Amino acid sequence: MKRIDIDHAEGRSRRIDTPGHHPEREAQPRGAIRRGKRPIDHAEAAERFLAAPDHLAFHDQRLWDLRQKRDREAFAIPEWEELRDLASSIKDYALANLDTLLEEFERNAQANGITVHWARDGAEHNRIVVEIMRRHDAPLLVKSKSMLTEECGFRDHMQEQGLAVIETDLGERIQQLDNEDPSHVVVPAVHKLRADVAAVFAKTLGTDPDNHDPAYLAEQQRESNRPLILGAGVGMTGANFLVAETGTVVVCTNEGNADLSANVPPVHIVSAGIEKIIPRAGDLGVFIRLLSRSALGSPITQYTSHFRGPRLGAEMHVILVDNGRSARLGMQQFRSALKCIRCGACMNTCPVYRRSGGLSYGATYAGPIGLIIDPTIDQRKYSALPYASTLNGSCTAVCPVKIDIHQQIHAWRGIMAEQKEPSRTKRTAMKAAALLLAHPSAYRVAVRTVGTVLPHMPRFAVYNPLNAWGRGREVPNAPRRTFHDWYKANRT
Amino acid sequence: MRIGLFIPCFIDTFYPDVGIATLELLERLGLDVAYPFDQTCCGQPMGNSGFTAECHAVERLFVENFAGFDAIVCPSASCTNQVRNKFSVDDEAGRLVRGKTYELVEFLHDVIGLDRLPRAEFPYQVTLHNSCTALRALDHEPAPEMNLPFHSKPRALLATVEGLTIVETDRAGECCGFGGTYSVTEEAVSARMGLDKVTRQQNTGAAYVVSADMSCLMHQQGCAARAGIDLNYLHIAQILNGYRP
Ligand code: SF4
Repeated sequence: MKRIDIDHAEGRSRRIDTPGHHPEREAQPRGAIRRGKRPIDHAEAAERFLAAPDHLAFHDQRLWDLRQKRDREAFAIPEWEELRDLASSIKDYALANLDTLLEEFERNAQANGITVHWARDGAEHNRIVVEIMRRHDAPLLVKSKSMLTEECGFRDHMQEQGLAVIETDLGERIQQLDNEDPSHVVVPAVHKLRADVAAVFAKTLGTDPDNHDPAYLAEQQRESNRPLILGAGVGMTGANFLVAETGTVVVCTNEGNADLSANVPPVHIVSAGIEKIIPRAGDLGVFIRLLSRSALGSPITQYTSHFRGPRLGAEMHVILVDNGRSARLGMQQFRSALKCIRCGACMNTCPVYRRSGGLSYGATYAGPIGLIIDPTIDQRKYSALPYASTLNGSCTAVCPVKIDIHQQIHAWRGIMAEQKEPSRTKRTAMKAAALLLAHPSAYRVAVRTVGTVLPHMPRFAVYNPLNAWGRGREVPNAPRRTFHDWYKANRT
Repeated sequence: MRIGLFIPCFIDTFYPDVGIATLELLERLGLDVAYPFDQTCCGQPMGNSGFTAECHAVERLFVENFAGFDAIVCPSASCTNQVRNKFSVDDEAGRLVRGKTYELVEFLHDVIGLDRLPRAEFPYQVTLHNSCTALRALDHEPAPEMNLPFHSKPRALLATVEGLTIVETDRAGECCGFGGTYSVTEEAVSARMGLDKVTRQQNTGAAYVVSADMSCLMHQQGCAARAGIDLNYLHIAQILNGYRP
């Protein structure tokens, strides 16, 4: 029998079953602990993820596979780097002309019979949706994947209003049933093993808890979701691109669920961030070529749907959501993060993300792009995130729209340090080090101490829990003589 | 041409042999090299963490120490990158010094145009570790993520060493997890990345790991030693200078 992967269309990849382990038995590590505005402790959550070897191995390898497939696709296109430049400059243009392009979009969309709404923030977005549902007397909304609605706290709000929301994307549905946020912008349940999915489905859909077969699980999910799609009064999708010139909404998916959500119910609502705008239909070719190759290493998404207006007898609404975006536009250092097309390539390539899981970031956006967006949403809460990076720059080199991600991560560190966000111990240590390094003679004395003391320190003193370096690594042996002293003895 | 030798703080303290190899190599090539005594550090530990203002006096000291030279050579990519691209001093003297600072491989390859070594033989299999900075900021090789024509400055230099063969590490372009202060702020992930890196190096069957960046090697060596993996770590200056085990 043909075996397919659980997140079948979203990045088919080979299965990894760690030999000697029973992936079925390891508990799924949970993400960062959120305590109000207190800073998210990524390091702590990452440590728990590292302590689950099966999840770690699967997650790391699965995403590395996507990165490799992305490389193969990218390297097969001779003009790949030119495409990235082009995409980046189109986005720069779009951001510089955001106001006029959005108005152009609105005019053209309205002319096609689409109702256009503007929402300043998540609350306004949610209110608009509730209002549309009430008007249609619709208790149930089916939606396809959208990161924006995560930003808006959409599902929680709807629940409070007594309205039902059903996710139709398989991965997103798994996360919804498990009461968890998506851990990745493209493959939201990528941190879960098959066994985790089987457990969630057994509990919520009443499936066989011992059947971990992906085909079975996907089928069960489909069976439970299809009647809901058929009965829903409202369907919701996100938007990958808004074309100003034509007033068209473009949605790219692999499962076809967005098309069902949009085309079956009598009302289609599109939730779109204002930065999704691109000027012309002719620009689409650039982005469509980059998007799926960067995301999943496939030449194209299975479904690229253009919604130009409501179907006969149906309604179509587009909600243009700001939710902090125009404020970000004003942040000179970080505005280019608005170019992001949410392909997830920076996450797939990030060695820290692959080893800590998306939920360890405790935010809507994880991984490298999250490190720069999240502090624009809440600087204090996400003040430690810019330190969750080695600044290796791989994210910047894969990004299809050429966002200088690692440089922005570093820029955030500068702001955090200026605004006294790092711990007092760290600040004191940094100031002391700076002082020492600015005074050669004092520095020489300190270096000599390291050289003569370290080799004689008993192991327990070097490897105590306070010494983070020594926990997972041996400390280098300090030789008796520094280069400085050698030079003095041999060259002067 | 008068060359100022910049030996980063951790090489001075922990790896004097790397400093010595760098100096001897440059001298053997007939170059006029001096080591200014009052040098300390490029300020990277603070700069990396975002404490830019704190770096200022350290950077001043660097500029004072090296202002008189025609070129400044440093056996470390990340320190070179710090000086060239991250310094906040931006006056005339600062700009001059920054523009004249080279990482050793760059200097030998781009400035000297080295294609033959005075004496270097290393009849062993080695695997090459390119640091992230060397790859993505200093162009030792093109960033592995980018679709660019291939070139390799370290490989070109190592090709002049007799008997040396390079074997490839799986996921060679992946960061080893050192990341400066990252190695301490996220100790667990850092150590895990290091373990994965040294395990892949071990799988190549090579006995030596060679790199232009000693800081990555310090971390990798620590991870290998902890995991009981028997690999030897050498700076490229040592190999080029004729190191024999
Ligand atoms: S920042 Fe770039 S690589 Fe990351 S998700 Fe956005 S577009 Fe993709």
